[in-house]
Amino acid sequence: MSTTSTTNLASGIAHGLERAPGHDPHLAHHFHSPEQQYRSAKLGMWVFLGTEILMFGGLFCAYAINRHNHPLVFSFAAQSYLNVGLGTLNTLLLITSSLTMAWGVRAAQLEQRRVLITCLILTLVGGAGFLVIKAIEYQAKWDEHVWIGQWNRYNNDYNDESPYKEAPPAQPPSPTAAVSAAPEAAPSSSDANKATDVSKVKPRYIGPTGLANAPGQPSAPPAAEAPPASGAEMDQQRAQRYRDLSAGDQWRVSTFFSCYFLMTGLHGLHVVVGIALISWVLLRSLRGDFSSRYFTPVDLVGLYWHLVDMIWIFLFPLFYLIR
Amino acid sequence: MSQAESQASAAAPAAEEDHGPHAVPWRALVAVYVVLVVCTGLTVGVSRIDLGNFNIWVCLLIAVIKGSLVALYFMHLRWDSPFYGIVLISAFFFAALFIGLALLDSHSYQPIIKPTPMALPQAPPP
Repeated sequence: MSTTSTTNLASGIAHGLERAPGHDPHLAHHFHSPEQQYRSAKLGMWVFLGTEILMFGGLFCAYAINRHNHPLVFSFAAQSYLNVGLGTLNTLLLITSSLTMAWGVRAAQLEQRRVLITCLILTLVGGAGFLVIKAIEYQAKWDEHVWIGQWNRYNNDYNDESPYKEAPPAQPPSPTAAVSAAPEAAPSSSDANKATDVSKVKPRYIGPTGLANAPGQPSAPPAAEAPPASGAEMDQQRAQRYRDLSAGDQWRVSTFFSCYFLMTGLHGLHVVVGIALISWVLLRSLRGDFSSRYFTPVDLVGLYWHLVDMIWIFLFPLFYLIR
Repeated sequence: MSQAESQASAAAPAAEEDHGPHAVPWRALVAVYVVLVVCTGLTVGVSRIDLGNFNIWVCLLIAVIKGSLVALYFMHLRWDSPFYGIVLISAFFFAALFIGLALLDSHSYQPIIKPTPMALPQAPPP
């Protein structure tokens, strides 16, 4: 309730304008003071961040239940397929970009425009680097046929009759390929994915060990068609560990990848949004919009970016460092 | 604490001419960054040591420490009104409540789950 804000308010009412002469250009008419406006914006951002935490909380819940009930599935899949080096590198990248973002907010508050612009650019580089490394990791998962759903070789709906070919199954398998590989399965190969009719689902446990090694499976006819010459590609240790899993756990390996792609994918989407927001703040700071009296967008986008960093801080050990 | 906060906020418009808004000292930023990097190395190192069931708890403890540092220093909560911190902590609290209750529930019914036909790879087509 300082005199200046009362004067601003009075002049705002008198002119009936949002930006009356002598008025803070960034002060909306329904706020008393820039300070109050800033605090309201910040509170709104924090409430939004709270909802973000709750949204990820649902996914962490799914993760916790799956891992708690099937710990061997998670240790097998994480240790067999996730690259700790790349994960650590990504963690360091995000932490570094968080530092530069925090420094950028500081620079905005202190009106160091060049430092602000440098920090924002560095933050953008960090976020882009994170996405590039994430893309490399996803590419590796694709090449190893451990994506989600029908593109995961551990999934019941796995929809590739020749999983160890060079080319990844970008499209559902062509009818000819299906016929040549398994004539009796050709008509149902595309239907089986849509309708999970038990009678139509072909037992297709083509893990790294091939169908014949699924425990408790005596000698089903398709077992003879287990992919030949797969061992050359496959790590023997991984195959052995897969064989050591119980039948139920073998069936559940693909749930690990569902969790992994859903959680890191949603996080990656947040990184993309964060990069867009930081670019917007960068453009505005190039235009010279910010000062020590008005830096709300820098601050709030910074909060968002730090939250993205914080979520990754939890995702990293939970996925990459499973013992 | 809250009194000091309200005093600070009341004094803020007057002080703005002199000092401007509170900026985090750069030494604090760098120190927090170094601790975060060290903690990252620590959590990777600990994951290579077999601690049995404690591995996950050590991992989570380090993650909570790192997250707290990010919230307190990078997100400025240490100097802000405690209200923002309450929003953050309550979100974490309710997420933890949700996960904890769901885990308890799943833990209690897990032994009586019967595998569905889909779950049995050896189920031959009729």
